[in-house]
Amino acid sequence: MERVPILKLGDILIISIQIDLDDQSVLALQEDLADRVVSAGARGVIIDISAVEIIDSFIGRMFATIAGMCRMLDAETVVVGMRPAVAITLVELGLSLGGVRTALNLEKGVALLDHLGDRGTPR
Amino acid sequence: MTVHADVARRRITELLGSADEQILRRWSTIAQASADELRELYQALRNSLAHEGDDLTDVRGLLAELSRSRARQGYTPSDTARAVYSLKEAVYESVEDDGGADALRGFIWFSRLIDDLGLYTIETFATAREKVIMDQAEQLLELSTPVVKLWEGIVAVPLVGTLDSARTQVVMEKLLQILVDTGSEHAVIDITGVPAVDTQVAQHLLKTVVAARLMGAECVISGISPQIAHTIVTLGIEFGDIVTKATLADALAYTLRCSGIEFSERRHTRIAVRTEDA
Repeated sequence: MERVPILKLGDILIISIQIDLDDQSVLALQEDLADRVVSAGARGVIIDISAVEIIDSFIGRMFATIAGMCRMLDAETVVVGMRPAVAITLVELGLSLGGVRTALNLEKGVALLDHLGDRGTPR
Repeated sequence: MTVHADVARRRITELLGSADEQILRRWSTIAQASADELRELYQALRNSLAHEGDDLTDVRGLLAELSRSRARQGYTPSDTARAVYSLKEAVYESVEDDGGADALRGFIWFSRLIDDLGLYTIETFATAREKVIMDQAEQLLELSTPVVKLWEGIVAVPLVGTLDSARTQVVMEKLLQILVDTGSEHAVIDITGVPAVDTQVAQHLLKTVVAARLMGAECVISGISPQIAHTIVTLGIEFGDIVTKATLADALAYTLRCSGIEFSERRHTRIAVRTEDA
């Protein structure tokens, strides 16, 4: 089973998904991430999916789960770099990411988290 | 083929050969076409009848050519078919002169052949027309979706014409790709040029907006005319929390404000000018 690396940049955790996720690695990622958010005291998590070509309902739900989990630990989640084809497929399937924030690329994701941090009252 | 039919057929072929100048002249008079135009066709018809096996490839080729050239000159397909059918009348005069039973029986067979050829001209016309329509539809799809950059980080898609699934798909893909390529966080979809909005079109628009949101960009829909607003409300379409504006200018102002750009009008200073009579 491949593990997805979790990078730390200041108080933001960055996950770049470069592999085809199977159910096992998704569950492992969720556990690893919860641990890291607590140990690093992160206030934001960015999931970069610019290399992901296929998103099914399971992975779609993973984003919502991670976001809910991180919110419990007082961290905001941003999904960045979704490809147009992936977005169209998700809409056609009627899937939404359940209130997860999105940004066009990593840079804008970091900017979004900074903006939220400045306001001090994340929604 | 029975012996009778064979004899009758041969008789007609002979008649077409022996009275060719007369028939051709009559044909061109009745069809109101130049004899030169018809001569080639007549020769090809005679050649293919002279050979056994009903090989009408040459005749069909010439007919297609005739149909095309006449269509270009502004004739209707019925005119062209009528011109072909008038050959029957010309041939019948020769058959009448001949008066034999074989010739009359052969004329029935010949008449059926000409019917087929007449229908073929209509078929050619329809095929040519269809091809033109398909080419145009394709061109329409290509040229109908410009994505315009309005400001740094703001793009606009002016939609013109009726929206259907195929076009909306193209628009959606192009818009989303441009959002990624330019890193724009705001998009304005302007539907000033869309004549009518029904549930399907609204559905397509909503899908585009949601897809853009998934990627991290916000869409504003602008150019909603009073009639369209009325239709949308009457149909009970919910746009939810999607921002809609009446004009592109309003949408631009809104998106600029959202991206934190402030603009103000320059205060006009009053200048009093007095002209004196010379």
